[in-house]
Amino acid sequence: MCLGIPGEVMSFLEDSDLAMVSVEGVQRAVNIGLLREEADGPLDLRPGDWILIHVGFALSKIDEQEAKKSLNWLTGVGDAYTDELDALAASDIT
Amino acid sequence: MKYVDEYRDADTARALSTAITALCEPGRRYSFMEICGGHTHTIYKHGLEDHLPEQITLVHGPGCPVCVIPMGRVDDAIALARNPDVILTSFGDMLRIPGGNGSFLDAKAEGADIRMVYSPLDSLKVARQNPDKRVVFFAIGFETSTPSTAMTILRARAEGLTNFSVFCNHVRVCPAITAILESDDLRLDGFVGPGHVSTVIGCEPYEYVPRDYGKPIVTSGFEPLDILDSIRRLLVQLAEGRCEVENEYARVVPWEGNPKALAVIDQVMEVRDTFEWRGLGWIPESAMKLRDEFAAFDAERTFTVPGLRIADPPACQCGEVLRGLIKPWECGVFGTACTPETPIGTCMVSSEGACAAYYNFGRFSRSRVREATQA
Repeated sequence: MCLGIPGEVMSFLEDSDLAMVSVEGVQRAVNIGLLREEADGPLDLRPGDWILIHVGFALSKIDEQEAKKSLNWLTGVGDAYTDELDALAASDIT
Repeated sequence: MKYVDEYRDADTARALSTAITALCEPGRRYSFMEICGGHTHTIYKHGLEDHLPEQITLVHGPGCPVCVIPMGRVDDAIALARNPDVILTSFGDMLRIPGGNGSFLDAKAEGADIRMVYSPLDSLKVARQNPDKRVVFFAIGFETSTPSTAMTILRARAEGLTNFSVFCNHVRVCPAITAILESDDLRLDGFVGPGHVSTVIGCEPYEYVPRDYGKPIVTSGFEPLDILDSIRRLLVQLAEGRCEVENEYARVVPWEGNPKALAVIDQVMEVRDTFEWRGLGWIPESAMKLRDEFAAFDAERTFTVPGLRIADPPACQCGEVLRGLIKPWECGVFGTACTPETPIGTCMVSSEGACAAYYNFGRFSRSRVREATQA
């Protein structure tokens, strides 16, 4: 649960703060509300951008190079990462 | 140089290692604490200590949230879960953490409805799907996780959900750093500061560490090169007589943190007067609770929580490990009675716990085997 996992934004779900994000090829909904500076403020995020995801929420925007670095580190973490990916795959917050 | 050769940037690692050695004053010993369990994991996984001069000791800190949860809070949650109307939801990391009388998994085997979730928002879904049950989310984590819980509570309120509440165990990193700095047992020269926590709180909250305690702190990323560079930066500060907060992980951590996340935490939660940490005892202002406005979502107010206080098992030295007083292998039950398969203490359960990280990786390092043999 302590891990931050990089994901690529694929699309946005209407009328919600949710985006479909691809993590290691699996697409799941992620809440992107913490990336707004104000409750209904604009969101500087578009498909193809990378975000750091923690327990279903995007914590920050990162660049692709950082995303690749993080994925490399996470792969080395072993079970904790695969357990987190399994938990994410079972998640459905829509 | 076995491990360094495995890095993608082996040359950079060698250069950092050389710079670190050159920065060390002859005859001086240095102790740096990495606060975050993710950093501990990297240090053992990549054998980083083997590539530092012997003058440098890395001390592992209390930054693994499931490791510092006291047994009484686990037992309190199990007491809630034994209520037939309750579904307790929890992150998977918590399931095997021992309480005074078993873990969440043990309670589940005995019939309690305890379900693993990836996100607090998954708990909301469980609540929507089970309107005749009361769903309690076991909220845990440092400031990295706190905004997620706060956002979920706001969502529950917006939806008008009345069968969802939170058993709040969110802790704050700075009071734990203060408790370590105030301890007479440990002399530290600086800190490798947490990475993901700092994406939320930023770097400003650490400014009291150099200002009031005279210790530098460098917020660090998680790769081996990040940690080596953070150690180098600490040594540069010491060599130049500087003492500051530095941000090695600026590519992810904004200096001011995440303003929206901080605002959401402040809207929903306030600081507790005190909170018990495993191994560190009661630390003032070290955790969060829900504001009165959100009392309807606070399991500590909507249920009668026993408030159990359970002493750690006498054989377990997680407390000393969490305070950096002993290394994992110096605990009497490490690797014998206490293993990842049959953990006695929290530090052996979580993959970010110092004992599990050392058990899985560090014990194979040659220098550690030598130290352990000589001990």
